[in-house]
Amino acid sequence: MIYRETGQFKTDYAADQQIFPIRQDRVGIGILLLLAFIVVPLAAGNYWFNAILIPFLIFALAALGLNILTGYAGQLSLGSAAFMAVGAYAAYNFQVRIEGMPVLVSFILAGLTAAGVGILFGLPSLRIKGFYLAVATLAAQFFIVWCLTKFPYLSNNSASGVISVPNVEILGFTFDTPQSRYLLVLTIVSLLALAAKNMVRSTTGRAWMAVRDMDVAAEVIGIRLMHTKLLAFAVSSFYCGVAGALYAFCYLGSVEPDGFSLDLSFKILFMIIVGGVGSILGSFLGAAFILLVPIFLDIALPWLSALFHLPFDNATVSHIQLMVFGALIMFFLIVEPHGLARLWQIGKEKLRLWPFPH
Amino acid sequence: MQFFLEVLIGGLLSGIMYSLVALGFVLIFKASGVLNFAQGAMVFFAALSLVGCMEKGAPFWLAFILAFLIMTLLGIATEKFVLRKMVNQPPIALFMATIGLSFFIEGLAPMLWGNAVRPLDIGIVDEPIPWILDHWNMVISKFDLFASGLALALVTLLALFFQYTRVGRALRAVADDHQAALSIGIPLQHIWALVWAVAGFVALVAGMLWGARNGVQFALTFTALKALPVLILGGFTSVPGAIVGGLIIGATEKLAEIYIPPLMADIFGGNFGGIEGWFPYVMALLFLLVRPEGLFGEKHIDRV
Repeated sequence: MIYRETGQFKTDYAADQQIFPIRQDRVGIGILLLLAFIVVPLAAGNYWFNAILIPFLIFALAALGLNILTGYAGQLSLGSAAFMAVGAYAAYNFQVRIEGMPVLVSFILAGLTAAGVGILFGLPSLRIKGFYLAVATLAAQFFIVWCLTKFPYLSNNSASGVISVPNVEILGFTFDTPQSRYLLVLTIVSLLALAAKNMVRSTTGRAWMAVRDMDVAAEVIGIRLMHTKLLAFAVSSFYCGVAGALYAFCYLGSVEPDGFSLDLSFKILFMIIVGGVGSILGSFLGAAFILLVPIFLDIALPWLSALFHLPFDNATVSHIQLMVFGALIMFFLIVEPHGLARLWQIGKEKLRLWPFPH
Repeated sequence: MQFFLEVLIGGLLSGIMYSLVALGFVLIFKASGVLNFAQGAMVFFAALSLVGCMEKGAPFWLAFILAFLIMTLLGIATEKFVLRKMVNQPPIALFMATIGLSFFIEGLAPMLWGNAVRPLDIGIVDEPIPWILDHWNMVISKFDLFASGLALALVTLLALFFQYTRVGRALRAVADDHQAALSIGIPLQHIWALVWAVAGFVALVAGMLWGARNGVQFALTFTALKALPVLILGGFTSVPGAIVGGLIIGATEKLAEIYIPPLMADIFGGNFGGIEGWFPYVMALLFLLVRPEGLFGEKHIDRV
């Protein structure tokens, strides 16, 4: 009843092809964007911006990138953090080395650099797939982080490869408050998410899904495997690269190569598993979930242990965190392989039928 | 030349240690088609259980048996609670589940046994063999030799087991096709539990050797990352491949670490140590481009 589509007729092609064909979705997204762009900046405090909202958006973007590669094109990658690192360092170099370089342009160039590196490490996917490819992407992970540590040129000759980025400044406006940085990140992420949403329902996206579902058959019906796979790697790395640039410029301010470790790659992988493999919405849900679980545990565990008079220390929290993460991944893969996004779909189905169960 | 040989032999011997971990991967992949990313975590858990039992006062042999029992239980639990529920899902989903499993174990192990770095004494010291030192002036550790001997014995045993016993045959049948194996009366669940127990045993031996060398600590989980390029090189399904791959990776990695950084320093200037971390991967990757199924892997033909 709440979610009823009856009476919403599509009378022209434009209406048939819009991103959200159902009015409720359009309204919902509109409200969400309004909330995100207007209410949240007014209501949230600095802690919320710095510790939750900005990282959430950045990780969602990275998860989106991985989701394009893994969820849509079916190529498992364990190196997303490395591509983020490429983005972060590339953006930094463009900023530092080219006088008067606009920040947004350097973000885009950083994404393109990451895309180039992504294509390079995606090349093996033409000959190998599945586990072999997953292991091969580890090569990217280790090699890139090593490179960033060992070539002082890449970090502008800073010792141990730590870079401290300058303040973001666009058209004379300096983004120095958490609020303004949040708005910048939100804008970029919204635009890229929109682009991704459109991409996956275009010819490109359908080609990706065909390759994912059965690559031999896709080749037989005339999809160029090499082109499609490498494009997926490029686009995915572009997203990760931009996420990395934002991570450095709008979230942390100074980053080191070791921050982009395998653990971060796994975290991003977990986001898409929990959120939903092959779903744009899922990337956001997963990022929120994976980000909030540790915060929740940090609050809940001391309280619980006090309740049961158990001994308690910080090491235990980190162990429990690992266990919870691991258990969650297995739980989702077993019970709901399509992740939180699928739950939302089920919810919509229920709302369609509400108040009648059938 | 002398130095080269010494590095080479050291590399080969440490390669054997990688083979041991790779072996655990191969066993599980052979029998269930799952690439078990949690093997490194299992090595950690096994070593920690061994040391934990010894700290509680058990003699070495008893601690070894107890640790083996714990690993078996872990394997059975994994089969029962995770793998059984994921039958018929794509292999890559199973792989991701084992990543989850490895996180779970990495949290569980220190919760049970504490997370301090602990030494493990198995009665063999890590010191050069005097006879070789005197005659050839080369440093070859007793411990390395013992470890390689143990690894070779284990591999021979496993290869024979796979090739000549009824259970071994059943294992190979299951790996080929779960459903076909089930339909001719091979109890899939028993086989899986058995394989995980054997993989647990291999993890225990690997953990014991690695732990005795570097101390029992969280870093043991990284052994899995060392074993993956070995697997690629040797092929996921080949026990001898794990050995040969381990030897190749171990040797080239050590040689590369010694000889490449100075070369790079000449060209670029600066310090380029630590290429051990990625060199095996890049090498395995290049190898894959030439021979995607690995040295001893089965050739895979796509049919439409």
